[in-house]
Amino acid sequence: MLSQENLNKVEAIRGHYPDSKAALLPALWIAQDQEGWISTEMMSYLGDLLGVSHAHVLGVVTFYTMFIDKPQGKYHIEVCTNVSCLLRGSDGIMDTVRKCTGAKPGETSADGKFTVSEVECMGACGGAPMIAIGEEYYERLTADKLEAILKQLA
Amino acid sequence: MEKYILPEIPDYHTLPVYEQHGGYGALKKALTMKPEEIIDELKKSNLRGRGGACFPTGLKWSFMPKGTAIPKYLAVNGDESEPGTFKDRMIFELNPHQLIEGILIGCYAMGITAAYVYIRGEYGKWVTMLQKAVDDAYAKGYIGTGILGTEFSTHIYLHKGAGAYICGEESALMNSIEGGRGLPRIKPPFPAAFGLWGKPTTINNIETIANVPLILNKGWEWYSKIGAVKHPGPILVGISGHVTRPGVYEVPTGVLLTDLIDEYAGGMLDGKKLKALIPGGSSTMILRAEHVPGVTMDADSLKAAGSSVGTAGMIVMNEDTDLIRVITRIAKFYYHESCGQCTPCREGTGWLWKILKRFETGDASLADIDLLLDVANNIEGNTICALGDAAAWPVQSMIKRFREEFEKRVKPVQALAV
Repeated sequence: MLSQENLNKVEAIRGHYPDSKAALLPALWIAQDQEGWISTEMMSYLGDLLGVSHAHVLGVVTFYTMFIDKPQGKYHIEVCTNVSCLLRGSDGIMDTVRKCTGAKPGETSADGKFTVSEVECMGACGGAPMIAIGEEYYERLTADKLEAILKQLA
Repeated sequence: MEKYILPEIPDYHTLPVYEQHGGYGALKKALTMKPEEIIDELKKSNLRGRGGACFPTGLKWSFMPKGTAIPKYLAVNGDESEPGTFKDRMIFELNPHQLIEGILIGCYAMGITAAYVYIRGEYGKWVTMLQKAVDDAYAKGYIGTGILGTEFSTHIYLHKGAGAYICGEESALMNSIEGGRGLPRIKPPFPAAFGLWGKPTTINNIETIANVPLILNKGWEWYSKIGAVKHPGPILVGISGHVTRPGVYEVPTGVLLTDLIDEYAGGMLDGKKLKALIPGGSSTMILRAEHVPGVTMDADSLKAAGSSVGTAGMIVMNEDTDLIRVITRIAKFYYHESCGQCTPCREGTGWLWKILKRFETGDASLADIDLLLDVANNIEGNTICALGDAAAWPVQSMIKRFREEFEKRVKPVQALAV
């Protein structure tokens, strides 16, 4: 299930901890980076690989909001609506995202390009309002700036 | 004031520039000292944790068992998820080697051979930045086996979270490093006795550790004279909300909150008036504008003002702010982030949000104010970890200080036909 290269990465990371269960979060990240999401089969595979029960892996995947257990759009747009962003206009940011992608929070755009999520504070309060697309943060947004960013990806 | 945590030196995040400015000198000095001398130095410096609890760092380090062969661990907390907080990210980006140097000094002082830096999953880019610095420090022999030709060996590993505020709670953080869900543990036993994998563990905030090399370099006396007497040192203040220049500012503790707004953050946005201020992240108690003058950014002053320094993540709100909307959003956050172990928090945070939404939509009754307080009071102090308190305090303080905002949003009572 994991590529040989990624399997080697997991094996190396195992050595960072006295117990291989601790390599579960890093292994899930590697799996998600490889596949874009984490399937039930992948969870079982990683459980067997690290010697933890399939139920434990499922429990971990569903506990952490950043682990994705179903396929999603090519770009994951996360819109922060917590206090600092709310004060600086996250309502408008969410409206613009909806207008440009046609997707509401929790939905994927019809062309399969964008999955939109409303998220909690991402630690960019000084740059509010902000969104993240994948690992990239886009801060101090205005409707125009955001439209330009989304148009480039569309 | 000169900057010590985020110096304004180009490329300071790179190893050569850090070394040019004396970087890793504190580690070299530490390796000539006895571990207990280092801990003593920290105790005298009066450095207090920058993660929110303000616990004295030297004292915390002294709790670790000495003269034992069992493995001991350091966990460095970079989960940074309290709304309004965005300071540790600046250290990863602008001064990662000072953090690494502090970790190494801590490991030497406590006899630790492995340190784990826990970084929130959203900070993927910053994990990469810190990993680069760690790799460079390994290559130069600052980390690894036989550091700088001494007997001292230790490793530093980065551990990326995956989106869970609760993992910033130290015992949940340890469970997350161990590969589990981030569920807080009942204390005692405390981490210094039973931490990661049941072994003695110390957990410190990123910014706290970044202060350590300064104290070793310049001495406790110098450090203890910066800022507020009982809570000294440089502090990173994150300012967000309705100010002209939001951002992270390094200041000595004890700076007036009004100066932080007017001088550092460039004043209120569009010249509006201040209405309210949350001084240290969303869980700290809100202050009314008229109570802000004279209050300073340090543990004692904010405690006296009826709040706390928290993570020094200040959220500034102007006269047009709908505080009911603000508190409803904060309540939703704690409901989303409750791990669900303890009934008062799992159920209570949901009830707080649900009742607050009635105020937001104008469907609440006057009795709902008391109901909110009843629910909040039943969460506070009745949970394994402080998330329950963190959910209760903002609601309690908002009602205490802005009761009129709630009363204004109550549904008018209709006269009953007789």
